Amino acid sequence: MIAFVLMTVLLAIVPFTGIYPFFVMQGLCFALLACAFNLLVGYGGLLSFGHAMFLGTAGYFTAHALKVWGLSPELGIIFGTAGAAALAVITGLVAIRRLGIYFAMITLALSQLVYFIYLQTPFTHGEDGIQGIPQGKLFGIFDLSQPTTLYYVILAGFLLGFLLIYRTINSPFGEVLKAIRENEPRAISLGYKTDQYKFLAYVLSGTLAGLAGSLKVFVAQNASLTDVHWSMSGEIVLMTLVGGLGTVFGPVVGAFVIIAMQQYLAGFGQWVTVIQGAVFVICVLTFRRGIIGELAHFFRRSL
Amino acid sequence: MSINLQALSAQLLVGLINGSFYALLSLGLAVIFGMLNIINFAHGALYMMGAFCAYFLLNGLGLNYWFALIIAPVAVGIFGMILERTMLKWLTGLDHLYGLLLTFGLALIIQGVFQNYFGSSGLPYAIPDQLRGGMNLGFMFLPIYRGWVVIFSLVVCLLTWYLIERTRLGAYLRAATENPTLVRAFGINVPRMITLTYGLGVGLAALAGVLSAPINQVRPLMGTDLIIVVFAVVVIGGMGSIMGSIITGFTLGIVEGLTKYFYPEASNTVVFVLMVLVLLVKPAGLTGRAT
Repeated sequence: MIAFVLMTVLLAIVPFTGIYPFFVMQGLCFALLACAFNLLVGYGGLLSFGHAMFLGTAGYFTAHALKVWGLSPELGIIFGTAGAAALAVITGLVAIRRLGIYFAMITLALSQLVYFIYLQTPFTHGEDGIQGIPQGKLFGIFDLSQPTTLYYVILAGFLLGFLLIYRTINSPFGEVLKAIRENEPRAISLGYKTDQYKFLAYVLSGTLAGLAGSLKVFVAQNASLTDVHWSMSGEIVLMTLVGGLGTVFGPVVGAFVIIAMQQYLAGFGQWVTVIQGAVFVICVLTFRRGIIGELAHFFRRSL
Repeated sequence: MSINLQALSAQLLVGLINGSFYALLSLGLAVIFGMLNIINFAHGALYMMGAFCAYFLLNGLGLNYWFALIIAPVAVGIFGMILERTMLKWLTGLDHLYGLLLTFGLALIIQGVFQNYFGSSGLPYAIPDQLRGGMNLGFMFLPIYRGWVVIFSLVVCLLTWYLIERTRLGAYLRAATENPTLVRAFGINVPRMITLTYGLGVGLAALAGVLSAPINQVRPLMGTDLIIVVFAVVVIGGMGSIMGSIITGFTLGIVEGLTKYFYPEASNTVVFVLMVLVLLVKPAGLTGRAT
C-alpha cells in the first residue's frame, strides 16, 4: 500500500518536474498494458504472445470513432475498450482450448490473423494508419489538447486499471487463478472449472490491454499497424519480464525501463532489436525474477 | 466458374513448395520439442541463417549450391548445438515459457545483426546450372528447380521419419523423450543426445533455408513471418507424431496454394483460419495427443 501511494505521488508530480510529459504518458499506457498482460501470465500462468492485437484493435476503434464519427473522448474510449473486449471473448474461446505451451503459439497465430485483417480492411488505412486524430474534450469539460490535462486523464485511466488488476489479484478469483498456475489438475480435482477461470482472466486482461490502447490514441494521435504487429507483443512480454513476472509493480517499472531504453537508443537503428534480444536472453538466464521480483525477494515481501 | 488449369497448377506448385518448408520446419520443431521440451522460437532465424550461409559460401568461398546443401545445415547445426550447450541447457526443469522467451530473444539478436549488415532487401541467389530450365508436362510448365525442392524435401522428411521411427538411434531418442532418467540409468548419454537433437532440428531448418534461397531470395527477415505460420501448422497437426507433422505441412501448403487461386485475398490468413476451425472441432490437433 505504501508503495502504491509512493508511486501515485511520484506520477502526480511529474508535470511540475520538467520531465517530458509525453514520455511519461506513453510509459503509463505501456505500463497499464504490461500490467494487463501480467495478470494473465504472472497469475494465470498463460503466456500470451498476441497481446498487441488488443492494443491495436482498441486503438483503431477509438481512432475511428473520434475521427470519422466525431464521438466524444469518453465514448471513444468505451467503444475502443469494448472492441478489445469483444476480440478477447472471440479469441479466448479458441485459445483456451489448448493447455500450456500451445497457448503462446495460438495467441501469436491469432494476432497475426488480426494483423492481416487490419492490413486489408479499408477503415484502418493499411500502411498509413489513422492519423491526425482530434483529442476533443472529455465529458465536455477537460480539454485533452492541453498536455497537463491530458496527463492527469491518462494517469487516472492508468490508476483505475491498475487498481482493478490489484483488486482482481487479491480476490478469491485471483487466488483460484494462482492455484491453476501452480497445479491445474489439482485445481480441477478440487472442483474448479479451470477453463472458465482462465477464460475470464483472458477477457479481463484483453479488455484492460484495450483500455491502454484507447488511452494511447490520445497521446500519440495516431493508430497504426505497428501496434498490432507481433514485435509489439514481444515488447510487452519483455517489459513484464524485465520488471518481474507475477509482481504487482514489476510491469510498471519494466515498461518505463524499456520505453526509456528505446528513447535513448533510438539513434542506433537496428541495434535496438539486438539489444532487446540480449536483454531477453540475460533476463531468462540470470535474472528470472525481474527488477521488482529481485527486490521483493531481497526484502522478503511481496511487491 | 471456369478453371484455368495452367494458373491453378502453378499455384498448386507454389503451395507444394511452401508446404515443403512448413514440413521441414514443423518437423524440426516437433523433434526439438520432444527432447528439450521447448518451442524453438529461433527456428525462423536459423532458417534464414541457412540461406545466408549458402550465400556466403557462393560469394565468399566460391562453393556452389551442392556444397551449400551439405555445409550450411552442418554449420548452422553446430551453431545451434553451441546455443544449446551454452544457454538452453540451463533451462531444464524450468517452466516451458522460459525456453520460448530465451529463443525469442535469440531470434531477435540473430535477425537484428543480419539486418544491420544486410538491410531488409533481398540478395539474389542464382539457381544452380544443373537445375535450370523447365519441363512441359502438357497441362503445365514445371520449372525443374521447383520440382526438385518438393521432391528433395519429401525425401529428407521421410529419411528423418525413418531415422526416428525405425533405427536404434531413433529408439533411444524416443525412449529419452518418454523417460530421460530411466534412459540415463541404462548408460546412455542423454545430455549429448539432447544437444544432437537440437542440432538435427536446426539443421533441418537451415536446409529449408538453402532450398528456399534461389526461390525467395536471401533476406534477414525471411524467417519471421514464416515461423508464425509454422506455429499454426504445428497447432493444427499437433507435435505428437513425426509423420503427422510431414503430412500436415504439405497439406496446408497445398490448401494455401488453392486459396491463392480461388480467393487470393485470404491466402495469407487461410492457415490461421484453419487453425481456429481445428481448435474448435478437435482441440488436441489432428494427430496430437491431448495437452
